[in-house]
Amino acid sequence: MGTLDFLLQGLLVAAQPMNLLYALIGVTLGTAVGVLPGIGPALTVALLLPVTYQLDPGGSLIMFAGIYYGGMYGGSTTSILLNTPGESSSIVTALEGNKMARAGRGGPALATAAIGSFVAGLIATLGLAFVAPYIVKLALVFGPREYFALMVLAFVTVSSAFGDSTLRGLTSLFVGLTLACIGIDQLTGQARLSFGVPDLLDGIEVTTLAVAMFAIGETLYIAAQGDKGPDKVEAVRGSVWMSATDWARSWKAWLRGTFIGFPIGAMPAGGAEIGTFLSYATEKRLSKHPEEFGNGAIEGVAGPEAANNASAAGTLVPLLTLGLPTSATAAIMLAGFQQYGLQPGPLLFATNPQLVWGLIASLLIANFMLLVLNLPLVGLWVKLLTIPKPWLYAGILLFATLGTIGANPSVFELGMLLAFGLLGYIMRVFGYPIAPVVVGLILGPLAEQQLRRALSISQGDVTVLFTSPIAAVLLGIAALAFIVPLILRARGRGEVLAQLAASED
Amino acid sequence: MSKGDSPSVETRRPDRAALIIAVVLAAIAGLIFWDVSRLTGLAGYSQVGPTTVPYAIACCLIVLAIWTAIEGFRGDFAEREPQQLGPVAWIVGGLAAQMLLLNAVGFSIATGILFAMTARGFGKRQLWLTIPLGIVASFLVWTIFAKVLQLSLPAGPLERLLF
Repeated sequence: MGTLDFLLQGLLVAAQPMNLLYALIGVTLGTAVGVLPGIGPALTVALLLPVTYQLDPGGSLIMFAGIYYGGMYGGSTTSILLNTPGESSSIVTALEGNKMARAGRGGPALATAAIGSFVAGLIATLGLAFVAPYIVKLALVFGPREYFALMVLAFVTVSSAFGDSTLRGLTSLFVGLTLACIGIDQLTGQARLSFGVPDLLDGIEVTTLAVAMFAIGETLYIAAQGDKGPDKVEAVRGSVWMSATDWARSWKAWLRGTFIGFPIGAMPAGGAEIGTFLSYATEKRLSKHPEEFGNGAIEGVAGPEAANNASAAGTLVPLLTLGLPTSATAAIMLAGFQQYGLQPGPLLFATNPQLVWGLIASLLIANFMLLVLNLPLVGLWVKLLTIPKPWLYAGILLFATLGTIGANPSVFELGMLLAFGLLGYIMRVFGYPIAPVVVGLILGPLAEQQLRRALSISQGDVTVLFTSPIAAVLLGIAALAFIVPLILRARGRGEVLAQLAASED
Repeated sequence: MSKGDSPSVETRRPDRAALIIAVVLAAIAGLIFWDVSRLTGLAGYSQVGPTTVPYAIACCLIVLAIWTAIEGFRGDFAEREPQQLGPVAWIVGGLAAQMLLLNAVGFSIATGILFAMTARGFGKRQLWLTIPLGIVASFLVWTIFAKVLQLSLPAGPLERLLF
């Protein structure tokens, strides 16, 4: 069967009334939570995971997909109207979008962001559907050493390639890898680093860690900044509809943004941010109105926002086909799969095609729903932005602890939540990125498994890791991704990398 | 550093926080060495067993600790903004209270206290108002998640009274 047949089958799965309902709930909740200031898609997905606990895997993942896309849409609303992006990949949107909103053109800015996200989401999801089978075929020739090399590459790009310090990125990654060792060793059944505490034998829950670091760490950090007065929410004045010139200036930017964002997201190198910056730079160079950039150019919203959503869909390529999460959000999605004992990867396409293709098809449907939810109803979401901080953060902590209690109502689990929350706060104070910890925790055991398999096959010969051409190339790229930024920073060119920081997602 | 034009090195004090972080990283590495040394190295076909990867991680942590210490001594560790610890203490206290009270008084009351103490951390001082508000909000959430979505959330006197 070809991709189209699979996709049609997937659409049949996704179009079942219950699944449509799940998708609708997912996109609504995702948008509502994603709009809240300070909450990026990673936290949106982590906070809403408990809602899906009681569903069957198919329904739960469909709702999840809706939450993911909804969170992305919600984030752009926040950055246009509030100028405090909840996610690092929306920073560029805030540059021009907030200027437009201040100039009374908030409506068209929101519209071009929403329609651009729709166009990008549509093309990129179709791209995912058509690229995935090829990667799956490629992945079937991958052995343990190739997987290990791929994971090393993901580790390097997530932790040290971007951001303002190689040292702090790597430290975060190794904190995550250390936490990943806790619990029973998968291959020999021996308890490691659990110090006789039975609660630790199962290891650390990814969702507990993610919620603690993102929700509690962020709340503590914001609280510690003291009262700086309420953030200014720009009112949406005038029509949300775009004029003919707006359309003419936007559509090319949407397409360019999509074609920049999707490949970057699809590479096992993580980060929607890079695509948004590249798209912004491209639009600025190609624009007929370069003088408007910095004062609210509509291309500067349309392009990056499309790139953002396209690379969000792109990250699903390595996640679904290789089981490789390249962002904190993808790491939490992987945890969502694992709670049903599903391991994304080439096998899942063979053993459970309905689930995978139903998921991909429901992304298409979610995308349509989001367009409808976001254009006419934008006024409703804007109201969410005006929630005063005490209630907002009190509510965030309510739901953050709810998820942990719902998964495991024990004092010990809440204690871990508190401990990791404090760790997340301290890491924020000292400028350590959070995403590498989460990716390290979930990818660490998988990488260890592949490494030990590879070394068992070679009977302990380490050189085997470098002798396969694919693995050697991947490790070579990983080495470059580690060394080049180090040299750039040493030469004082670190600012560019710092701007590309993959701090949140 | 902003005082780059003065050639003296004395302006660069060793960063104590960075040194503490370095010590903590080294301590974690030591902990891994100590714990893993107990494991019998069931190496199987190869020399790799359950101990291999933890040892590798511990070695990397020691390298990172040394690196952090060097940056700390040279004083080019991250700059930080001043932190207000009062609000942090309120929120941490709220989380601790919820953790300890959860099984005794149930989800709604324990989480209501967390809610009020978090709001206090953000400047809402009227605890007599925010605690009842938090309990009501938590109870609504409990009803939705425990009754509609079948999540097992601990019930206390309040939940048993009404259901």
